[in-house]
Order: sequence, then structure tokens, then C-alpha cells
Amino acid sequence: MVKFNRFTLNNGLRVIVHEDHTTPMAVLNILYDVGARDEDPDKTGFAHLFEHLMFGGSVNIPDYDQPLQRVGGENNAFTSNDITNYYITLPSANIETAFWLESDRMLSLAFSKKSLEVQRNVVIEEFKQRYLNQPYGDVWLRLRPMVYKKHPYQWATIGKEIKHIEDVKIEDVKAFFKKHYNPQNAIMVIGGDVKTEEAMKLAEKWFGPIPAGEKYHRNLPQESEQHEERRETVVAKVPLNDVYIAFQMGSRLDDSYYTAELISDILSRGNSSRLYRNLVKEKQLFSEVHAYMTGSLDKGMFVFEGKPLENVSIETAEAAIWEELERLKKETIPADELTKVKNKVESTMIFSEMALLDKAMNLASFELLGEADLLNHETAKHLAVTAEQIKELTNKLFIKKNSSTLIYLAEKS
Amino acid sequence: MTLSTITAPTTSTTSATLTTSTTLTTKMIINRKNAPDFRDIENINLIRPAHQKLENGCNVFCFNSGDQELVRIEWVFGNLRFNPDKPLLNIAVNTMLTEGTGSLTASQIADKVDFYGAFLQVEFGYDQSQVVLYSLNKHLQHTLPVIKDIITDSIFPEKELETFIRNQQQKLQVSLQKNDFVARRIFNKALFGSTLYGLGAEADHFKTLKREDMLAHFKQMYQPSNCTVIIAGKIEPEILDLITGTFDKDWTDSTIKSDITQPKFRSSDDRFYFVEKPEALQSAIRMGLPVINRTHPDFPALQVLNTVLGGYFGSRLMANIREDKGYTYGIGSGMTSLKQSGSLFIATEVGADVCKAAITEIEKEVDLLKSQLIPEEELSLVRNFMLGSLLGSLENVFSHADKFKNLYFSGLDYDYYDRYVSTIKTVKAEELKQLADLYLNVDQFYKVIVGKY
Repeated sequence: MVKFNRFTLNNGLRVIVHEDHTTPMAVLNILYDVGARDEDPDKTGFAHLFEHLMFGGSVNIPDYDQPLQRVGGENNAFTSNDITNYYITLPSANIETAFWLESDRMLSLAFSKKSLEVQRNVVIEEFKQRYLNQPYGDVWLRLRPMVYKKHPYQWATIGKEIKHIEDVKIEDVKAFFKKHYNPQNAIMVIGGDVKTEEAMKLAEKWFGPIPAGEKYHRNLPQESEQHEERRETVVAKVPLNDVYIAFQMGSRLDDSYYTAELISDILSRGNSSRLYRNLVKEKQLFSEVHAYMTGSLDKGMFVFEGKPLENVSIETAEAAIWEELERLKKETIPADELTKVKNKVESTMIFSEMALLDKAMNLASFELLGEADLLNHETAKHLAVTAEQIKELTNKLFIKKNSSTLIYLAEKS
Repeated sequence: MTLSTITAPTTSTTSATLTTSTTLTTKMIINRKNAPDFRDIENINLIRPAHQKLENGCNVFCFNSGDQELVRIEWVFGNLRFNPDKPLLNIAVNTMLTEGTGSLTASQIADKVDFYGAFLQVEFGYDQSQVVLYSLNKHLQHTLPVIKDIITDSIFPEKELETFIRNQQQKLQVSLQKNDFVARRIFNKALFGSTLYGLGAEADHFKTLKREDMLAHFKQMYQPSNCTVIIAGKIEPEILDLITGTFDKDWTDSTIKSDITQPKFRSSDDRFYFVEKPEALQSAIRMGLPVINRTHPDFPALQVLNTVLGGYFGSRLMANIREDKGYTYGIGSGMTSLKQSGSLFIATEVGADVCKAAITEIEKEVDLLKSQLIPEEELSLVRNFMLGSLLGSLENVFSHADKFKNLYFSGLDYDYYDRYVSTIKTVKAEELKQLADLYLNVDQFYKVIVGKY
């Protein structure tokens, strides 16, 4: 159970406080309700580049990092297709420094041209390091456009291409800030060794005066149901063949989400999971094979990935994954196996309560989903899933016409 | 029953605007230009373990704290002496502990662990290797016997060994396409030669793995006199009894004592390594040298120096090479402390076209530490950052156990952390300059580049 208090400032900023006095530290986490899905198709990668620019100085504070390090704090941020999340951890006695820093950059950035130039280069190097200069690194650049034809999930957070990053202008940065970075589009969580009363006062003091700004109303093109099998094969300079099969699935808020999560656990969580046991160990077809979901706020992806052994053909490998899916569709999952994945969900939730930052991030994410307290109902929702629901959902999801298959063939030199 | 279920239902209030404090702020003029006052970190309280030695010679350390009804238990074993003809024995034996015992198959082991919502990990380290169990206390009676079986009766079935070799070889092929991975291997080999520290597995090494050797290695290494058990979590007396009861009486040493001495390492005479990848978009750079380890009195001060150079986001390397030049997504320096030695290294991946320029800048930054005093403003920032970082690394009871492991396996006592804290607070710029002169000689650096140069 993660306990918290919640209030909303007059300018619309939602604030959640979670007291945890077992640690001498405090966390300040701010989630902005903006991600790569909110980008213009011709200016992709922007939300993430913008995240970098948030560290380039704000209206009253020329350097973000130094004052924080000076009080013993650390910070970082990440951007996904759905959200941008910033966090600070620091000794709780110095929590006010976090309020000072975060409120100033919500108020306004410095919009330094030098910062844009440098971060543009840094992000281009990140693009190369993570997506281009790694074997299979470009998989999301290839797979997303296969699964999504309309929805902006068709591009990865890093962007479609380096050129989009190169073309960004300081005016774009200003416009993006105005549109998305204001109290109404943010959720703040303060956690750790803090008193709720004190956190409320500080929130009001530092964030209260920030103008509400305009509320961003999201209106994205929604992805249509898929009705045809999609397939691409690339010959690439990779050491081994690789198979990806992606299926469209419901959103994070869809009732079927918990069922889908248990399906992915049955297939791929731990050494007792079906894919590992049957395809890696028993049939000896893959060196590794996994299943996972993107957990997206709009229509998501359920993805299979496996590297077949060198003597195994792509056809055999693919067929073996489908055989596991057909089994799930036909046979009811044994009670023990269902209990097993549920037990794992339960213990994972309890272990995650030991990590302050995780708790703060979770509270923010669930508040975005509609209600922070949903976090405390996660286990129960997983426990309520039945074998029937699993069978039903597998029959709905895992059909050829809902699949996008991407094959990497290793180029023989 | 867990503590968290005893607590009252959530106290979350529905969204309410705080009108009282709003009126307060209208009167308050806040100064956004200047940072709020802050406090220095005075005390860092480390939880110390309760110790007991079991009759079979096994040392047990307990960190009892936390609200959640769970424990992490680590069984730590000293690695056996490195054998260059059979270089993979330590790592293969450790990795394959979950692959079958006299009474349980690999899949039965996995089933039991997963069914009870536990997490079982085997972790190979340079000096010690370990088995780690994360378990809810309520399931410990079911999960512990599995670990007992693994540690006392692993059999390394031939079929599982074949699978292990095949899959490891495939994974290695993928890793070898990653420039940073290749750079790290070459670097370790150059520094530490033919030892566990310098070992990078190669496809051929796997052919030397034989089941009989693994069984013999297992018997000699995984025995009570070579084992330290570290328990962290909510340890009620009956939980402790359950653990000690399982791992004491009928677990005894084998006839051969564990030989955990290691050959002395010899660094290579070659200091420059370049692996060309004509199509690389980025080059991986790794440079550095062997240095003192945690047992040396200079170690804490050298950590301060390392932090200034590349140990945090605002470090000189980051400020120059990422934040000023934009050559890289990330650059950092780090230190390792091993039983026989330590190392200090700088690692990054930079645009292939700016590789030379990046190395020039790295060397410039290292040399600057030797030629100029670190300004007090920068030094005080680093002091505070490091203390905050130490405090922040004590997130929960597991982290306290981790801090203990750093000490215990280096043969140090808790006064090490007192010295560490006091060094961070008081070390002078002059001393750091002297340390840079002593330890950071760029001409002595091993330099590895994978990509273009």
C-alpha cells in the first residue's frame, strides 16, 4: 500500500505527497503530459530533444545542474511516446532547492541558442549510439511504421530521422514550451522524508504563482484495426537472424490490459515461462526469445522477439512461436500456471515498495491514467484475471491479420 | 500478514485547492534568482549487521530493517584460482547453478522459484560469485530448500551444458558487434592479462568446458568454509532460524579446501589498441590504468578526484565533451576496487569524425588536474554531491548490506566510511593535485579505440 495526499493548485498543477520516513532522502518528480505522440510528423524527435533543453538553463537560473549538485542532489529525465518525466533525488533537508529549480523551468526557459546547438549534437550522437551503431538498433524505426499507419506511434521517441533534429529552430522550442509546459499539463509528486504540510506550503510558494497557461487538448488520429498480415525482411550487417512479430493490442486503460500482461508473463517471465522452456530449452530453436508489451496510453503493441539458432530456418522459428500462441488459444491455462504468474505480480509489487523513486514515478503515472490510487489496486486487478479471459484475449490478438512480422537476415560477408 | 496490509486504507484526499496558503503567497515575494538556503550533510548512519558463525564455518550477517515482509539472501563464495587452460570454469559453474541438481531438473527449479513469486539470481563477480534469493517471508519455507539443493547438489547435466555453450556463443557474436563491449574487453585484457580480471570469453574457450571439471570445481568452491551469507530485510527470529537451520547442520565442507588464491596479474607492455570498423558511425574509447584499491589510504581522495574528472553529470569530461562540444551522448570516468588491484578508466562513444578531437580533450582534462588546483567552488560542489550521493545510495536495507559487502570483502571495517566521509569533507586542492601527479599520468594510460580513428 502506497499512501499519499493529493491537492491541486489554483493554476491546475496536480500535487501528490507520499511520506516515507525510512529514508533520509526526498524525491521531486514531475510528469509532463507530452510525448513523441504529440509531435508534428515533420518534426519528430522533438519532445525528446526538448527534454534535453530543459537542462539548458531557465529564466532566472542559468545553470540547472550545479545548484542541485551543490546540495547533494541528482536528477535525470526520460521521454517516451506518451510522457516526459523529470526527477530529482536529494537529501530531504534540502528539498526546497528542488522546488526552486523545477518551478523556474516550468515558469520559463532561457531559450539559449548555444544550448540548442549543443543538445542538437548530443541527441544526434544519441541517435547514432542507440539506434544506428548497434546491431538491431534500428528495429523500432522499422517496426513502428508497420504497426501504425495513422497514429503518431509510428515514429520512435528519438525521431524518424536525424534530419528532423538538425532542422529544429529556436522558435519551435518556444512554441512547444508554451503549448505543453505549464501547470495544467503537469503532475508533481513529492516523496520521501517530507511532511505533507511542508510540501504543500512549498508547492504553493514556488509553483502557485506560475500562470496556468493553456490546456492542451489532445486530438490524435487513432489507429484503425488491422485487417491484413504485414511483413518486411531486411538484410543487415547483424551477426544473427532475428524475428520480430508485433500485434496491435488495447491501450493501457483498456480492461484487457491486465489479462494481456499475464499472457506476456506466462509466455516470457522467468525461466519457467513457456517460450524459454519450450523454444530455448526443449526444442532448442532459439538462443533467446521474449514477449513484452509497450503499455502505451493509446493502442499498444504486443511484441515477440527471438533469435533462432544458426541451423534453424526463419520459417521454423516463426512457426514455433505461432505454435505456442495456438496452444494458448486452444487449451485452457492450468490453474497452477496462472497462480504462478499472479504470485509473481504480487511479490513484484511488494518489492517495488522498497524503492522511493519508483513509488513516486508510479504515483505520477497512475494519476495521469486518472487516479494515483489505481497503483494500490494493480495487484487485485491482476488477481481477478481468469483463464477464460486469457483464452478469449489470445484468440482475439494473436491472429495473422493482426500481425506485423519483421525479419532481420544476417548478411553473410 | 504484511505490515502494509495492517495500515489504514489510503488517506488520499480528493482534489482540494488550498486557498489558505494561496492568500499567503500573494504577500510573499519570492526570490527566484538565488538558491534557497541549504544544509550540509552531517551524519550518515549505516546499519551494521549482527554476525554469527555457524558450526560448519559459514559466516552469517544479518541486516534487520524495513517494513515489507521480505528478505534478500546472498550466498557469496570466493572464486577458485584462475586456470588459463580452463578459463571459463568460475563463470560457467556459477551461471549453471540453476540448471539442475540431483533431485531437481532445471525446469523444476524454475517452476518452484517462480511459483512462490521469488527471484533467484546467480551473479559472477571478479573476486566472488554469488547466489541471490529475493523472497517474501511467507514463502521462504518453500524457496529455501531449492537454494539448498542448488548450492549442495548441482550436477550440470550434459544436455544443459550444450545448451548453455550454444546460447552463450550466439550471444557473444552479438556483443562482439558492439564497439563499447569490444573496447572494454581489450582494455581489461591489457590491464590484467591472463586472470579473471582480464578475461574476455572467446568462442574457443567454450570448447574447454567439461562436465567433470565443473563438478570438481563446484565441490571445491561451493562449501561452507568458503561461504558468507548476507541476509537483509525483515528478519524475525523464526526466519533466521529457518535460514540457519537449512544451511548449518547437514551442510559440511568437502575434503578439498577451496583454493581462492589468484595468480598475480601482469599488465601488457602495449598501451595503444585500435580496432578499425570502417563503417562505424561512432568510435568507442576506453582509457585508463590500474590503480590502488579501497584498502589504500589514498583511495577515498582519489575517488574525489575521479568525481571531479568524470564521476557525475556536471563533471569536467561531461561539461567539456558533451555539454560544450556535443561530441557524445555520454562520457564518464570510474574506478573499480578489486581484491588485487583497482582501476581508473574513462569511457565514451563519440562521433567517428571527432574521435581524435575527443581524445585530445580527454587528455587535456586529465592534465589540467595536474597543472592547476581545483577551484574551491567546484570542490565544495563535488564534496556535497558525493555526500548526497552516499546518502542517496542508502535507499533501503539492501543498500546497507551492499555497503557492508564493499568493506567486508576488502578486509576493512566501518571506520572506512568515517574516513571516506571525512576525506570528502576536508581533502584539500593541493592534495588532489599531488594525487593527480601520482596516479594520473596520461603517458601511462592504456588507450583503446574501436571504430574509426
